[in-house]
Amino acid sequence: MTPQIAVFLILAAVAVAGAVSLILQRHPIHSALSLIVVMVALAGLYLLQGAEFIAAVQIIVYSGAIMVLFVFVIMLLNAGAEELTNLSRMARFVGVPLGVVFLLEIAYWIARATSHMAQTSPQAVSTRDLSTLLFRDYVFPFELTSFLILIALLGALVLARREDSD
Amino acid sequence: MKRGARLDVDLNCSGGVVVPTSYYLLLSAVLFGLGVVAFVFKRNIITVFMSIELMLNAVNLAFVAFSRALGQLQGQVFVFFVIVVAAAEAAVGLAIIIVISRNRGTLNVERVDSLKH
Amino acid sequence: MNEFAAQHPILVVALPKIVVVLFVLLTALAYLTWFERKVVAHIQARWGPYRVGPHGLLQPLADGLKFLFKEDITPAGADKFVYFLAPFLSLSLAITSIAVIPFGPKEFTVFGQSTPLAIANLNIGLLILFAITSMGVYGVALAGWSSNSKYSLLGGLRSSAQMVSYELALTMSVVGVVLMAGTFNLGEIVQAQQGFHWGIVPRWNLIGSPMPQVLGFFLFFTAAVAETNRAPFDLAEAEQELVGGFHTEYASFKFAMFFMAEYSSMITVSCLATILFFGGWLSPFPQTAAWTWTHYIPAATFALAGIALIVHGVRYLTILGRVVLPGLGLVLCALGALFTRPGVPEFVQGPFWFLLKIAVFIFVYVWLRGTLPRFRYDRLMNFGWKVLLPLSILNVVITSLAIVLTQR
Repeated sequence: MTPQIAVFLILAAVAVAGAVSLILQRHPIHSALSLIVVMVALAGLYLLQGAEFIAAVQIIVYSGAIMVLFVFVIMLLNAGAEELTNLSRMARFVGVPLGVVFLLEIAYWIARATSHMAQTSPQAVSTRDLSTLLFRDYVFPFELTSFLILIALLGALVLARREDSD
Repeated sequence: MKRGARLDVDLNCSGGVVVPTSYYLLLSAVLFGLGVVAFVFKRNIITVFMSIELMLNAVNLAFVAFSRALGQLQGQVFVFFVIVVAAAEAAVGLAIIIVISRNRGTLNVERVDSLKH
Repeated sequence: MNEFAAQHPILVVALPKIVVVLFVLLTALAYLTWFERKVVAHIQARWGPYRVGPHGLLQPLADGLKFLFKEDITPAGADKFVYFLAPFLSLSLAITSIAVIPFGPKEFTVFGQSTPLAIANLNIGLLILFAITSMGVYGVALAGWSSNSKYSLLGGLRSSAQMVSYELALTMSVVGVVLMAGTFNLGEIVQAQQGFHWGIVPRWNLIGSPMPQVLGFFLFFTAAVAETNRAPFDLAEAEQELVGGFHTEYASFKFAMFFMAEYSSMITVSCLATILFFGGWLSPFPQTAAWTWTHYIPAATFALAGIALIVHGVRYLTILGRVVLPGLGLVLCALGALFTRPGVPEFVQGPFWFLLKIAVFIFVYVWLRGTLPRFRYDRLMNFGWKVLLPLSILNVVITSLAIVLTQR
């Protein structure tokens, strides 16, 4: 059990626990907090693989801006706790075991398919290389996404405006 | 831990043991599956929206894992774009949710069904 | 011992660094409250804390004891988990951000392991700082919401909207510096500011080449004051406005945690401002042979301060003052004498200049609080989006133009 595998297992356990908590929590704000935990754990996994810029962007943009937007909307709309539903018996006794079996089968086929991939230790990817790729080879999609964000900004503004405002 | 540990022998390992790619892909599959479960079973529209973000995150993890395994950076560039598009989608989607909740007075997906009847 | 150190580097190197920095930081936080109260009081032509210990120096201790012993109430209907989480989140994030700040140039060796003067010298140190800042919005937003009170909710929403808006201007204003240095590593950003124009004027980024980052510095500092919810941008938490805003319903220790988080962010922002724009731990004097007498400035400063304290302390009003103040003065004199020993001045240079610059910025922070009136909320948001953000984008454009033109 090398340190890398130990760190991976801890972060993976935190991510899965966060995702399960997203499903099981009743109040949407607790689900939002669980999702933030998942995102931070994923940022740690990106760091483990050497993608340091992507890890920082994940925290700054995804969990520091997008999830803040979610939390704002939950607070503004005063979303309350959901009522409990009881899981149907079919789901509880047949669904979950079937899901686990399916998962094990997927694990087997993934392992077989990727066992030949290069097992080099990850070196930190420099931001310079990533930005060279982004701004030289993929500059057109980059400009398109900036256009997309502008459209989304205008759309959100127009949609959320009250009808009787000035 | 059901990580498939029995199958992930590093056949091509040269030197230190690193985390095999299949571990990351399995984690990505598990997170994606949990996202789908949340999407289907939750009734608050904001939570349904959050499960979409969870699915996008799972896909990002798969991209980064492959990007490292194949030694290319295109995977990380694509992750960058996925994050940007998710931000735009979250903004517009939440604006729509605000409008729906203002008009219908409820955040329960099962009550926004006036096309059904 | 050296073999033990080689096998357990975390235990021998990282852990003592963390403990020392944490201890110094927490003491600095406590005495920052004293400093602020004294300076604001003198600006308002009064004395400030005076009675609790000589010159009020034991006031932070008294405040700490008060916070520990106050009754800890939880409002009815509050979401307990989130109510407890919010101040912890705020404080832990604010304290974590000190981990990437480099305090000095040299690496020093302890038990054979060489280590730089920072807890973590990351390649993306600046980005990590911004990541931690952007997570800090949650402490405020969740605190406001979970208190189950309308003043808290309004204050929390306003405060977090303000923080999110000024975060944009904050990160954009720094891009000019990153373009000139070519790296996100804070230690390397400082090292890129070495050297002197015409032999005398230091090449700090404020007066750097190819483009002096004056606009960037003012944008950064303004956005940072707004980001840390300090005056004149403290509308959402001031007592005269919203009954205390997001921390209205918080009692004893959790309230103290919010304030420690705020002062800690103040210290972090001051550190960032010196590293990015004022040369970090670089001395303002040239490092040539004719100027080696400047290496004894730390020693001289400490010795003079010590002597002044002794002279003032022996004629103090209370007996405690007549013992403590000269004692402190003696400690400072001893430190000044220590800094003249061979080999020590070079080691002490970096941290001394760094701490001096940070002290100047913290004084400016407190000075702003004492003198400027508050922004109204809509003007605050207007200012952030319509003035600071376009100016910071302009700064990026001008800096990149200057770099491209001078590299041809």
